[in-house]
Parts: sequence; C-alpha cells; structure tokens
Amino acid sequence: MLLSKKNARVFFFGGTIVTFAVFIVMSVQTLVKEVPVKTHEENLSKEVIAGKKLWEANNCMGCHTIMGEGAYYAPELTKVYERRGEGYIKAVLQSSVPWSPRGRKMVAYNFSDREAEDMIAFFKWIGEIDLNGFPPKPEYKINKNTK
Amino acid sequence: MKYKSQKVAYWFFAFAMLLLVLQIVYGFIMGFSRVGYDVLHDFIPFNTARAVHTNLLVVWLLTGFMGAAYYIIPEEAERELVGIKWAYVQLISLAVVGVVAVVGYHFNYWEGRKFLEIPRPLDYLVVVNVLLFLGLILGTLFKSKKRTTTALVLTLGLVFAALLYLPGMIWFDNQTTDSFFRWWVVHLWVEGVWELILGGILSFLLIKLTGVDREVIEKWLYVIVGLTFISGILGTGHHYYYIGAGKMWLIVGGIFSALEPLAFLGMALFAIAMYRKGEKKHPNKIALNWTIGTAIVAFVGAGLLGLAHTLPQVNMYTHGTLVTAMHGHLAFWGAYAMIVFAFVSYAMPNLTGRKLYETARGTYAFWLANIGMMGMTVGFGVAGVAQVYLERKMGMEFGDVQNEIKVHFYIVIACAAMFATGVGLYIYEFIKYGKPNDEALIPENTPDNAALV
Ligand code: HEM
Ligand code: HEM
Ligand SMILES: [Fe+2]
Repeated sequence: MLLSKKNARVFFFGGTIVTFAVFIVMSVQTLVKEVPVKTHEENLSKEVIAGKKLWEANNCMGCHTIMGEGAYYAPELTKVYERRGEGYIKAVLQSSVPWSPRGRKMVAYNFSDREAEDMIAFFKWIGEIDLNGFPPKPEYKINKNTK
Repeated sequence: MKYKSQKVAYWFFAFAMLLLVLQIVYGFIMGFSRVGYDVLHDFIPFNTARAVHTNLLVVWLLTGFMGAAYYIIPEEAERELVGIKWAYVQLISLAVVGVVAVVGYHFNYWEGRKFLEIPRPLDYLVVVNVLLFLGLILGTLFKSKKRTTTALVLTLGLVFAALLYLPGMIWFDNQTTDSFFRWWVVHLWVEGVWELILGGILSFLLIKLTGVDREVIEKWLYVIVGLTFISGILGTGHHYYYIGAGKMWLIVGGIFSALEPLAFLGMALFAIAMYRKGEKKHPNKIALNWTIGTAIVAFVGAGLLGLAHTLPQVNMYTHGTLVTAMHGHLAFWGAYAMIVFAFVSYAMPNLTGRKLYETARGTYAFWLANIGMMGMTVGFGVAGVAQVYLERKMGMEFGDVQNEIKVHFYIVIACAAMFATGVGLYIYEFIKYGKPNDEALIPENTPDNAALV
C-alpha cells in the first residue's frame, strides 16, 4: 500500500499546523496593519460606537446586509448614507409606523434624535471603509417608478 | 447497543427533532413574509424569525452531534460513560438555555450578529454546558485503554468547536474586526472543525454498515480531514474579500477556498467506495441511504454550490444575495442535518430493539425531504441569480427587484412543504420506535459488524 495510516496522520497534523500558522500570521498582519487604515479607525467616534451598539441591540442584520453580511430581506446598507442622505435615514428610523415603501415592512423603531444621529454616524463611517470595490457599481441604471 | 449509558443519546435525538420542527415553522414564517404575507409582523418580525430559524438549526445540529457522541464514545472506548447522570443534567440545562434564548429573540433580547445572536450572559451558560459535555466525553476516553482514530477525530472536532466559540464572545468597536472574528466561529466551524465531527460520525457509520476493515476506513478519514483543514483554514479568506481587510485575502482566500470542495469530493468518493467494497450489507437500508446520501449531498451543497460563488470576481456580485441562501440551505442540509438523520436512523433500532430497517415510511421520508430540499435550493438559486443581475448589474432598486423575484418564493414554499412532509414522516417513524430499553442490550464483545455476520 502506497499510503499508510501513519502517513495519512502526518498529512493531517502537519498540514493543519502549517496552514494554521500561516493563517495566524496573516490575521495579525490584517488586524494590526490593514484594518486600522482601511476602516479609518481614527474616525471611530463615540457616536459611531453607540450606533454599532444600536445596530446589534436591534438585530438590524436580521433583515439587512452591511458590507454584504446579514439577511437578504431588506436593502444593503453599506452605502446608505451616500445613497439616501441623513434626512431620509432619520425619517425611517424615527417612524412610528412600519416603514414600507415597496411592500415589505420594517419594524417601527421610533428612535430618539440622539439614537438616530448615532445610527447615521455609524452608517457614515461604514460607508467610508475601503471594501476592495464592494458593492459593485451597476453598469446600467434602471428606474422603475415605484417610489 | 452494548452499554446502558448509550441510552442517553435517545433524549438528545428527541430534543433535536423537536427543535427541527420549530426551525421549519419559522422557515415558513419567513417564506410567507417574502411573498407578502407578513401577517405576524407585530409579534414575529422577519429578523426574529430569522434568528430563531438559524439558531435552532445550529442548536439542534449540536444536540444531534452530542447525542451521537454519547452513543459512539462508549462503543469506541469499550466502557460505560462516566457520570451518566450528568449527561441528563447537561441536556436539561442545554434545553433551558435554548428556550430562554429563543423566547428572548421575541423581545429584542439578542446580539444582532448573524448566527451568534445568543446574548452574552447566555453565552457563558453555553460555555459551562459544553464544558460539562466535554468533561464526560473526555473522562470516558481517559478511563479507557482503547483509543480509536474515529473517536479521536470526533473528539478533536468537538473540543475545537468549543474553543472556537470563544472568539465570538468578544466585543469590538470596529465592525470590521467584529466581523473578522465572527468568521472564526462561523466559517471555521462549518468548513473546519464540524467536518471533523462529520468525518468521525461518517467513519463510525461506515465501519458498522459496510463491514470494511476499520484500518482502511480510518486511514482515509485522516486524508479527508487533512484536506479539510489544509483548504478550509486559509479558505476563511473568502469571507475577508469585502469587509475592510487587505487585498492579500482575495488571492489566498480564492485559491484555498476553491480547494475546499476536494475534502467533500473525497468524502463522497470514500463513502461510495466503502459501500461498494463492503461485501455484506447491513440490513438497515434506511441508515445506509442517509449515510451515502449525506456524503453526496454535502459535496453538491457545500462543495459545488460553495465553489460557485467563492472566487472573488464572482463573490463581488453574489456576496450578500439570495445566492448565499441557496448554498447555505443545501450545505447545512447535506453535510450536517443528513449526518444527524443518518446517525439517528442507525442508532434507533439498536437503542429500542425494534428493527424498522426498510419501511415504506422511512424510504418516503428520505426521498421527500431530499427532493424537497433540492427544489428549495433551486428556488433560492434562481431568485438569487436574478437578483444579482437586476440589482448589481442593472442597478434596479432592491425593493423592486424583490417584487420581481417574488414568484420564485412560491416555488420555495411548495418545495418546503414537500421537504417538511419528508421530515414529518421521519419524525413519525422516530416516535414509532418508542423509548430505548435495556432489552436491546447486546453482549459487549459482539464484533463491530455484528449485524453483517
Ligand atoms: C458544510 C459546509 C458548509 C456550510 C454549512 C456552509 C454554509 C454557509 C452559510 C450559512 C453561509 C452564509 C454565511 C453568512 O453570510 O453569514 C455561507 C457562505 C459562503 N460559503 Fe459556505 N458553507 C459550507 C461550505 C462551503 C465551501 C466548501 C465553500 C467553497 C468552496 C463555501 C463557500 C462560501 C462562500 C464564498 C460564502 C460567502 C457568501 C457571501 O459572500 O455572501 N462554503 N456558507
Ligand atoms: C420549511 C423549510 C424552510 C424554509 C421555508 C426556509 C426559509 C428560509 C428563509 C426565507 C431564510 C432567510 C433568507 C433571507 O435572509 O432572506 C432562511 C435562512 C436560512 N435557512 Fe432556511 N428554510 C427552511 C428550512 C431550512 C433547513 C432545513 C435548513 C438547514 C438544514 C435551513 C438553513 C438556513 C440557513 C443556514 C439560513 C441562513 C442563510 C444565509 O444567511 O445565507 N433552512 N431560510
Ligand atoms: Fe466559508
């Protein structure tokens, strides 16, 4: 037999240790060198962090995606600050009836001014992260008039 | 079964089946929301339904793995489980934490991080629970002189799975860092250590069901789990393309994640080869169906459908669309749900002494569940591809796209009904088996392939 059980075991443990070591080195490099620059960590203000807390406390990711992560029930929000602007976002977050421009309902969060502003600060910060080109820019622009 | 303490496995399986039913109910709630019947919105909005759906999935799979481990370890170690009473305590406490978490999701008590929604205080209880579980498994292994590769791989998988839960419990101010470590849990689980659990259970089943020599099966087990880690660890990079990490991951993640299907291909070829090599066939046809089935469907769902969107050029467009949901369903089903079903089908006759080896009900359950899930996958996939083109290429509004692709969700719901019928039949069969009993005990020195001889 070409391959013995012992060789197979060496393949498993050896391969695991080597790739794991490379993974750790790359992870450290990413976290120490790349993430602070690409995410503009200097702009991580109190408001942005408060916004992140609200984002998690309400499980916004349970319907939306951000940086492409989350659920597929409601729009991608990475560039929402740029796409809609502050006024629109504030109206959505402070609505006391479920927001539903195209049929689907969002939870009515009734946010205070403070909360809405924190959330907006979070979106603004997210929108400025260098995401290696994500989300892709559409090649066409179709507008169906279902405002 | 050979040891009385193996009976505890039954209660883990029963609890897993109960959670699966609830998971499916919440799946339907989301399915109906997507076609416009969001009637429960005020009590169960989509994000609640989703958190419940995916968390119940993870918890019932883990419960199934634990049950399988409580059955496999005594048999591999050739002794009773240590501290068997504690195994029941562990199950009950797991159930309590699970119920509190699921109820909490209905009252905004959660941490909105996909797949890791369990709030921090409950995370600590999960840790205690898992430590208790590992204590019993490791205690049993240490007290025995016999160490098999199958038991080793299974146990390594369980221990690493527990360790990898920890990075998901740290708070980070930076969303990118948060996400970076979230994948250490989610990706390194399903495309890493859970595959060890899968491999360990699969190898145990193949030894019992095909009668092929243990040494041959365990050699290939090492090769497969070796392929898993070599590709899967650096394959984590396929989640780091577009979240604010460096460009290096596009290359490393692309190459290594594209190799991940090899481990699944290896597993499928291995299962089929062992099936053909085994000269005598175990009479438990249904368990054999699920066992070979899991290896094949895992290759399709995780391997091929994962490969379909793992290259950065493709993932740029499919990232965060229904294409991901397509892959998520068939991968979880094929690799992890089916192995639990396979194990339960194998263990039930041995636990209860009733030999429902080849019933019509069990056969229909297998085909209806699988064809239904294939149909759902196609439904999600067609919707996802259409979404990618309309939204990401043509620049149509998200909500307009969703209205265009709504029709595919009627197909998803129809296929889900078929799937649920299959699962229903399976559970009905499970209930028909009745409770485990000591009359099903067989002498300790019965050979591995006793049923074949
Ligand atoms: C049994 C094994 C697997 C399971 C259970 C599984 C499950 C999942 C799930 C649930 C997601 C969604 C995660 C999220 O967005 O939070 C996902 C994403 C992904 N999976 Fe898998 N997967 C498996 C194996 C694989 C393999 C082998 C590959 C590659 C060949 C792969 C490629 C991907 C990719 C590229 C994504 C990211 C999709 C996106 O960008 O939105 N998966 N997988
Ligand atoms: C009646 C059956 C089911 C229905 C109708 C259903 C429906 C759904 C829906 C609508 C979503 C949310 C997608 C979104 O974010 O928009 C979802 C998510 C998910 N479901 Fe199911 N599901 C069912 C059964 C299952 C089963 C049996 C499994 C596992 C074996 C499963 C695993 C998942 C996973 C992993 C996700 C998260 C996917 C992702 O984030 O990419 N589901 N399901
Ligand atoms: Fe992954």
